[in-house]
Amino acid sequence: MNCRFYSLLTLGWLAASAGATPLAAQLAVRAGTVYTMAGEPVRDAVVLVRDGKIERVGPASQVAVPAGYKTLRAKVVTPGLIDAHTVVGLAGYLNQKQDQDQLELSTAMQPELRAIDAYDARERLVEWLRNLGITTIHTGHGPGALISGQTMIVKTTGRSAEEDVIVPEAMVAATLGPGARGRNGKSPGTRAKAAAMLRGELIKAQDYLRKRESAGEDERPERDLRLEVLARVLKGELPLLVTVNRIQDILTAIRIGREFHLKLVLDSAAEIYLELDRVKAAGYPVILHPTMHRAGGEYENLSFETAAKLRDAGIPFALQSGYESYVPKTRVVLFEAAVAAANGLGFEDALAAITIDAARILGVADRIGSLEPGKDADLALFDGDPFEYTTHCTGVVIDGRVVSEQPH
Amino acid sequence: MTSYRPLLLVALLTVVGWTPPGFSQDKPLAFAGARIIPIAGEEIPNGVLVVHQGKIRAVGPASSVRIPADARRIDASGKVIMPGLVDSHSHIGGIDGADQSAPIQPDVRILDSINVRDARIQKAQAGGITTVNVMPGSGHLLSGQTLYLKLRDGTTIDDLLIHNPDGSIAGGMKMANGTNSRKKPPFPGTRAKSAALVREEFIKALEYKRKLERAGDDPDKKPPRDLKMEALLEVLDGKRIVHHHTHRHDDILTVLRLQKEFGFRVVLHHVSDAWMVADQIAKAGVGSSIIVLDSPGGKLEAKDIRWENGAALEKAGALVGFHTDDGITDSRLFLRSAAFAVRAGMSRKAALEGLTIANAKMLDLEERVGTLEPGKDADFILLSGDPLSVYTHVLETWVEGKKVFDRSDPKDHLYAVGGYGASHDQGSRIVMEECWR
Repeated sequence: MNCRFYSLLTLGWLAASAGATPLAAQLAVRAGTVYTMAGEPVRDAVVLVRDGKIERVGPASQVAVPAGYKTLRAKVVTPGLIDAHTVVGLAGYLNQKQDQDQLELSTAMQPELRAIDAYDARERLVEWLRNLGITTIHTGHGPGALISGQTMIVKTTGRSAEEDVIVPEAMVAATLGPGARGRNGKSPGTRAKAAAMLRGELIKAQDYLRKRESAGEDERPERDLRLEVLARVLKGELPLLVTVNRIQDILTAIRIGREFHLKLVLDSAAEIYLELDRVKAAGYPVILHPTMHRAGGEYENLSFETAAKLRDAGIPFALQSGYESYVPKTRVVLFEAAVAAANGLGFEDALAAITIDAARILGVADRIGSLEPGKDADLALFDGDPFEYTTHCTGVVIDGRVVSEQPH
Repeated sequence: MTSYRPLLLVALLTVVGWTPPGFSQDKPLAFAGARIIPIAGEEIPNGVLVVHQGKIRAVGPASSVRIPADARRIDASGKVIMPGLVDSHSHIGGIDGADQSAPIQPDVRILDSINVRDARIQKAQAGGITTVNVMPGSGHLLSGQTLYLKLRDGTTIDDLLIHNPDGSIAGGMKMANGTNSRKKPPFPGTRAKSAALVREEFIKALEYKRKLERAGDDPDKKPPRDLKMEALLEVLDGKRIVHHHTHRHDDILTVLRLQKEFGFRVVLHHVSDAWMVADQIAKAGVGSSIIVLDSPGGKLEAKDIRWENGAALEKAGALVGFHTDDGITDSRLFLRSAAFAVRAGMSRKAALEGLTIANAKMLDLEERVGTLEPGKDADFILLSGDPLSVYTHVLETWVEGKKVFDRSDPKDHLYAVGGYGASHDQGSRIVMEECWR
């Protein structure tokens, strides 16, 4: 992923604008239990935050709170939660034509569509997720077209795409199976046609890439936004995030991934439990469908226990809120993890699936996903077990700023 | 009110030559050692529940309930027992209500469209639901007659029906206002038109009633039978409760206005803006069957929906129940709705009532279901822990003394958690199993 460059750009921009936004206060969080996701939970703990970064985490007996630090208290503290795949910020809560920007259907493959050009940082659902402890989302173009566009990784701070973004171009979103079918008689009209079209486009991009890199100045093909993005996919700079649910579509995605040596991420994957060995051998990570997704259509065979099976098989995975076309307009990855936790996954693995494991699959584990010195100070505070229905998220910190102090 | 219903049912079932196992249960069953949440009264830490012949015979602390000598004793220690859940609004059963020919279709019965082999019925059993109001959709001002079902194991719709004391089939009437029923003519294009069409139809029904009354016993003077008018008269006579889809605060008040004008009995459903008009709802004395969603929006009418609706209605003194609206939320996660209401300030007591007795009241079934009390139907669930915890599973679901779901049975486990074939209806599953043999 060529995301470091963009991250540096963003950081530079943030530093430059620091005068305009209030500097994060130095912060201490006292907690009954801190799940750092980097080692054992720490009881009766303190998390120190300095200049937007984690300064120190340890037992209160060993970590003194320096003078001038604002202190927050909570029963349980976790890293800020990560939703590994959503469309929030592009698909607005009103669900009216003017606030739905997650899918453009004029043509089947549009890898050139950037998420950052559509992301609404002040959308009410961004705030909704933030208040429930979700501090980072991997969002962008949704499932529903063969290649629907790009995704981005963004904090839920709610200022603007530029200020909140971590990775502006994160992955390229593709769909195989019925979800890829063109509307109004447009291609692809079948599964096999979708695969043929995707392969055809990747071959075109191979050709473009070769000519761009090897041809002399005069013979070099003109810049082509679409092929340029696919060339980055071929080079492994951008993973191809393929939404697939039926087992044959999952295997098609793996077949194409291997043919073009892609960095592939399997998305949704309702029937993946049928072929865990093949998936493991392929080595692709999985961003699993919301646990509570409706069990209809392509999802009719989904199981609450799939996350546990992925864990047992040793396949890296994260959880997501997915895409909803009606009510609720978004799911909440915390709640999806809760139901997975209660169905075989267990507390700590479920928490990992929405923190450190998600950060690793998204390629941002150097910044977020665990509470370690030097990492971003993104914290979620709870008044009990975060997964319990009746527990509240009582506070949220992003980059050292307290962005929510009300119980939700 | 309920005393002769089982007899009626027995008579009916004898006719069709099928005896429900609940009635063949010749020995009492005694569940001992569980924490019992009877809903009627305080929770019992170490309780005993005795059921026999489809009815609850005794419930109380282990120290005071006498277990009959011939009872089969079941150790339920470490488990929680509460009444079977009552879902006041669901769309399970692959139903197919009114069509697009008209906005008001009171003659349409959901009874005539249910597939009892729909896997979602098994999933509802897996969620602990024992009584359910199956309704047609909200795309009409009035989309037809709803059906109150017991989720017994059965193969035809007759196996699941509930009968009123007069022998009629229990059910309500589904109505809706707001945006879902606004479409091209003959459907209304505005809210005021929606109300006008409904008023017009009820006035027609009142005229029909007047003609019937004037005709007295003279068959020549009686107006010709009219299925639509007959069904609306049941509504006007209070025999059929209106279950009214309504979201926005002003639409809620419109329902109350029409209710006042025509005097029908009504339960408000969904009630997204309940927190804005809770006092008016309480003052009108009507019940609310609310939905709990994971986020607001998705449609304009639900943009302001809040988890606080349950607490706001409770505080105002209104009757509150929950519903799944399955497939909007999953029947297997029905307990979750009450838990989220508690998260947002509703009392545990009212929330648990909202899954049981409050809904039973909204379906006129409170004499029969919704609490664990002697004489009531033996509809109950065994839970692995507290009903409001995410970690709790429904272990067993019992309807009228018969176990209809057992999580330890692999077939039932499939419905409880999903997996390959979990959404195939019973018919196709049977075929599949035969193929494998």
